[in-house]
Amino acid sequence: MGTLILQRLGLGLVTLVLVSVLVFAGTELLPGDVASSILGQNATPESLAALRTELGLNAGPVARYLSWAGGILHGDLGQSLANRQPVAGLLWPRFWNTMSLAAYAAVIAIPLALVLGIACAAFRGSFFDRAANVIALITASLPEYFLGLLLILFFSVQTGLLPSLADTWDGMGFGEWLKATTLPMIVLVLVTVAQIMRMTRTTVLGVMDQPYIETAFLKGMKNGRVVLRHATPNAIGPIVNVVAFNLTYLIAGVVLVEAIFNYNGLGRFMVDAVSKRDLPMVQAAAMVFASIYVGLNMLADILAIALNPRLRHPRAKEA
Amino acid sequence: MTANSRFHLDRRALLAGAAGLGALTFLPGLLAAQEVPKKGGTLKMGIGGGSTTDDFDLRKMNDWVPVNQAYMVMNGLVEIDKDNKAQPELFESWEAQPGAIEWSFKVRQGVSFHNGKALTADDIIYSLNLHRGPDTPSGARSIAAVIKDLAKVSDSEVKITLESGNADLPYMLSDYHFLVVPDGFTDWAKPIGTGPFIPESIEPGVRGRFTRNPNYWKPGCANVDVVEVIVINDLSARTNALMSGQVQAINAVDFKTVDLLKRNPRVQVIQSAGGQHFTFPMNCTQAPFSDNNIRLAIKYSVDREQLLNTALRGYGQLGNDHPIPKTDRFFNTELPQRVYDPEKAKFHLKQAGLDKLDVTLQASDAAFAGAVDAAAIYRTAAAAAGINVTIQREPADGYWENVWMKAPFCMSYWGGRPTADQMLTIAYQSTSAQNDSYWKNEKFDQLLTEARALLDDEKRKAIYWELQQMISDEGGVMIPMFGDYLDGVSVQVKGVTPHPMFNLMGARFAEKVWLEA
Repeated sequence: MGTLILQRLGLGLVTLVLVSVLVFAGTELLPGDVASSILGQNATPESLAALRTELGLNAGPVARYLSWAGGILHGDLGQSLANRQPVAGLLWPRFWNTMSLAAYAAVIAIPLALVLGIACAAFRGSFFDRAANVIALITASLPEYFLGLLLILFFSVQTGLLPSLADTWDGMGFGEWLKATTLPMIVLVLVTVAQIMRMTRTTVLGVMDQPYIETAFLKGMKNGRVVLRHATPNAIGPIVNVVAFNLTYLIAGVVLVEAIFNYNGLGRFMVDAVSKRDLPMVQAAAMVFASIYVGLNMLADILAIALNPRLRHPRAKEA
Repeated sequence: MTANSRFHLDRRALLAGAAGLGALTFLPGLLAAQEVPKKGGTLKMGIGGGSTTDDFDLRKMNDWVPVNQAYMVMNGLVEIDKDNKAQPELFESWEAQPGAIEWSFKVRQGVSFHNGKALTADDIIYSLNLHRGPDTPSGARSIAAVIKDLAKVSDSEVKITLESGNADLPYMLSDYHFLVVPDGFTDWAKPIGTGPFIPESIEPGVRGRFTRNPNYWKPGCANVDVVEVIVINDLSARTNALMSGQVQAINAVDFKTVDLLKRNPRVQVIQSAGGQHFTFPMNCTQAPFSDNNIRLAIKYSVDREQLLNTALRGYGQLGNDHPIPKTDRFFNTELPQRVYDPEKAKFHLKQAGLDKLDVTLQASDAAFAGAVDAAAIYRTAAAAAGINVTIQREPADGYWENVWMKAPFCMSYWGGRPTADQMLTIAYQSTSAQNDSYWKNEKFDQLLTEARALLDDEKRKAIYWELQQMISDEGGVMIPMFGDYLDGVSVQVKGVTPHPMFNLMGARFAEKVWLEA
């Protein structure tokens, strides 16, 4: 098992290096550069040339990649081209904002989804099962943008219960913070619960068709006990995977949600940076997203390996 | 409640009358009483056009959040008022020698920066020099380039010598790049100015909090105690924030939804006519647009009324194929409005030796919101004139780099300029780097230079009228419409007026308004 985990870790690192090349190449392909986006329609050839020199945009791409990647290895994310501030100082507060919103949503979504999914499996075909599935399908298929606007229309514009802007600042009280971020949290919960719940239900039901479950029933065990004691633990591998997948979505896929609610997360940070062509900022944000994505998936795989009894108790070398 | 406040107003009107405003008739007296600024309160603004990478570097100022915030912290040299006239700001008065080459400006005295330093000519010279010289990356470089020499006469007087005469110099100095910082200032993340508000905290692209400058020099201004700016780039998030009362003012309301917003009784929509116009530039050096008959055929084949009413929902003015707006003092009122006339368009095609024309129009919403729809509307109208328009949709990303000034026929816009001279110079003078139709007319260039140096407004008017006629008849840009600037403001905010320069009262909203308790 140890070798498997080490292999998985190595694979993760290789992926990250490849991602860094792709991110760099991708941002190089964007039309225009930071100088032309800063100056916009005011640009004259002379002011563009002066700004490009000032920003050091004249070096070749390979040299810039190497100095950038080297910097990252030393934990240096570089400087914003547009305002000369260190990227790290601008990025980490936004990263923690994204993480806290993701945590808020995950704390509610994951237990809720697991309970609902297992309950649906336990009461397969019942009214509850069918209703939960239909609702999950609806919330999963509505775009976040539309869901968000519906919630704003009802909770903010009509009733004034919750703010339409997820406006957070340093030193605000926890209660205020919860209130400000509740609407985006609900959108995230609605979108992720549906996926995790359906996946949990399907996996648990998949295990329920195994012969040993039939044996358990034949022994006279109650339905609920079979689902909880025998089916669910054996379905945990795929469930961990879908949970990890949704966690990465909560962190890396919330750009739209941040836009609707004007939340100051990493997604909006990256959108800003892309539109300004501020490449060190784009690259840093992309690398953070990529690391989260790779890291969580890796963690899920390692957990699945660790939870797999066949790997946890390897047999002595077979002849 | 209502009866009470009515009584209150009447009483105040009486007091105002007693205070020596008796010459006013009763109704204006009532209005005047309503318009007395109140001090206090927190103004919350939701502004689109900001980014994490913003700072206050005046040379790179280009987006709405930094510009609005800069006007909270700093002052300009000259202010454009709501009637589009140049008014003194940190330059208290000015005088030009005949020929408009040599100018002397008096520096306002008794003004101090937020750090206590008194304003002198040195600060102004430093601030203007940021935009001059061979190495400046300034976006206002081409405007400042006309300044040949900038000299300090005394602490309270600056002398400016131009390359060639320009009677509009005070207007040019009203540009939002020319704000004033202390001599030698370079910390663009922590701005210092002489403005109405002092920054308390600024988080780029997210928020800013500004408190009133207790020593502010401009009378009747800086009325609220605190201004909070929240950066809201998403249009629907911005609109929602205003509707749910989380902010009291937003900029750049969508033409498409403004009628819905108007239904909300807690919101007023401020509609400002100005110089913003939407254009279809044709490259005059490329066939078929090198033939003026083709350009005229294009200009006659657009249904301007329909475009204005559909793409802008009527929030604008008809364009007449020249860039000077009705709000400009040199607007040619005699030039007949060009109308949709497919027969005339066909006539001009025939003059060019054609009975039908195929053109490709490169369009993107980068040019202006709704540009692609506008292109489709134009295609239908043009078909009746025998002009077959193929719309090539371009991505908004990189539009200005890859399409504008490269495509033979595309869509664009101009944000308007404070003077006719500036607008004509930047987009129509043959030597301008932004002459986006590549139109070249020696007589035009010569007349434009001549008018610029005249200090006599009547003589200038005659020339500008002729120039508008020339552009309309021969120029390479079809200009179907001018779009108004639209802002959404809570009814609690008072003292809001339309303004010809940009949204939010020429970006000076926070300085001017006050809150009703």
